[in-house]
Amino acid sequence: MNDTPRKPFGFETRAIHAGAAPDAATGARNTPIHHSTAYVFDDVDHAASLFNLQTFGFIYSRLTNPTVAVLEERVANLENGRAACAAGSGHAAQFLAFFTFMEPGDHFVASRNLYGGSITQFGVSFKKLGWHCSFADPLDPETFRDALQENSKAIFIESVSNPSSVIGDIEEIAKIAREAGIPLIVDNTMASPYLINPIDHGADIVIHSTTKYLNGHGNSMGGMIVESGKFDWAQNDKFPSMTKPDEAYHGLTFYETFGDFGFTMRIRAVALRDFGPSLSPTNAFMTLTGIETLPLRMTRHVENAEKVAGYLEDHPKIAWVSYAGLRSSPSQRNKLKYFPKGCGGVFTFGLRGGYDAGRKLVEGCVLHSHLANVGDTRSLILHPASTTHRQLTEEQQVAAGAGPDVVRISVGIETTDDIIGDLDQALSEV
Amino acid sequence: MNTDHPRHASAFASHCAAPDNPAMSAFTYSDALIGRVLDETRTIAMVGASANWVRPSNFAMKYLQEKGYRVIPVNPGSAGEEIHGEKCYAALADIPDRFDMVDIFRRSEDAGGIVVEAIALKDSKGIHTIWMQLGVIDEAAAARAEAAGLTVIMDRCPKIEFGRLHHELSWSGINSGVISSKRPRLRLRS
Repeated sequence: MNDTPRKPFGFETRAIHAGAAPDAATGARNTPIHHSTAYVFDDVDHAASLFNLQTFGFIYSRLTNPTVAVLEERVANLENGRAACAAGSGHAAQFLAFFTFMEPGDHFVASRNLYGGSITQFGVSFKKLGWHCSFADPLDPETFRDALQENSKAIFIESVSNPSSVIGDIEEIAKIAREAGIPLIVDNTMASPYLINPIDHGADIVIHSTTKYLNGHGNSMGGMIVESGKFDWAQNDKFPSMTKPDEAYHGLTFYETFGDFGFTMRIRAVALRDFGPSLSPTNAFMTLTGIETLPLRMTRHVENAEKVAGYLEDHPKIAWVSYAGLRSSPSQRNKLKYFPKGCGGVFTFGLRGGYDAGRKLVEGCVLHSHLANVGDTRSLILHPASTTHRQLTEEQQVAAGAGPDVVRISVGIETTDDIIGDLDQALSEV
Repeated sequence: MNTDHPRHASAFASHCAAPDNPAMSAFTYSDALIGRVLDETRTIAMVGASANWVRPSNFAMKYLQEKGYRVIPVNPGSAGEEIHGEKCYAALADIPDRFDMVDIFRRSEDAGGIVVEAIALKDSKGIHTIWMQLGVIDEAAAARAEAAGLTVIMDRCPKIEFGRLHHELSWSGINSGVISSKRPRLRLRS
């Protein structure tokens, strides 16, 4: 080895190797599932150093776990981030991220095109904590600026929206956040880091429901928060949780002490410590295994989705298709700018026969599974207005692209002709 | 809490970024170079080592001792006292034993003078490396040290780098940038 820094490893290599190393004690090459709640201390001094965050090591699996840590580093690496913290689900990850910098009475601006559960979490449950959210149009970045208030602490968008495949101009929205001195948070679940790295376009924090494409097989829940390491929490006085001394840690100031991974340290040492939605090591293992094939799967998901979207757009019984990969999409310009490898496999469409026709289609499929998940190897189909977006008003449903006539599809990686064949036979009965 | 250091001077904190290291710094060092320095070093004179247990220098010293290094503290304010079982000296020249590395845990503006002392002592003490902590940067002093045949690493923490290259930093979900099929070692090779 010479002293010249080597060429960076490629995405496919990092998807398999980042974060993982042979086990120091046994040499086990695959990452072991460490099913242990706690870890022995060498002595009282060692224990004290760990509790004071002064040395590296494991204490208790609510905070850190060796298997979960491999997944955290892998996702941080694939997102070109500095550090990451896992959670039991994407929703838990969102809560932990906001808790780490929000104070009661604070406000943030979110895209109106979000997963229905996020709209409810932000608009209803967060309100109980004194956190207020306004919604803006991702296809019109200036609406984010207009919605900002004195007490706004973040902007939140999805890189590709669930379910209607809307893509905002990430760099324009990042600019608005930067000018306001607040972080841009991007939920990258629907694209996965293989299709886009939001941090490269100005995102400060990236959130994942790893349950979707990262795991990819529909077998494990999980969430992740990735920190870019580039956001200056001390540029203004908006973020006292990051910049003021923490009494529980003997006056330690997270941003000053841990610098570019201070946000992640505070998520773990405060939010995860006090609320406890940690990821199970088995789920982490399943997700690690899934990520090894992420590039292969995403390529195939995109290939199939583009064909299925084209098939549906040409079908006489289909009124419209909302997929950013289609020329007809208002998101096409942003898709071409940010998603050269495609924009995922989840989108919506409407039938000319409206609600009843959509319902017949969903129930008539025999290969597509009728269930509430996306990003599985299997093709999935669902009627959002009666399920994932059920808790919204009809107005909110329409704004989120999940009105009564809308059907959501998550195109899997089965044989393309079989996916189209199943839709074809179900549509013939509509 | 880190008033004796200009910015994020914790033994954890990191503002460094080489292609080999995903964090941010103007200075680029390969993993191979840092790994070799950490492997070949046995005794470190830590200038600015603090007796106060909440100071990053204090727990960086302790960490490096646990990894198998001998760390000799240098701090005029604690001269004659012991820190983690090692006698503290007022200046590098007062240390009776030989040492391979000088680790500068002081403000950037103090680094130049310490480097001058280290260059003067390099043959009598066997010094090979000048290491300046995170945020400690003096390019002119670094150039003088390199011209005198010393290896210089700036704006890095040896604790973080040891932890990063030996997989311990990864335990907190931090992107180490390290990809290797070799089994990690948790202590210095004896």
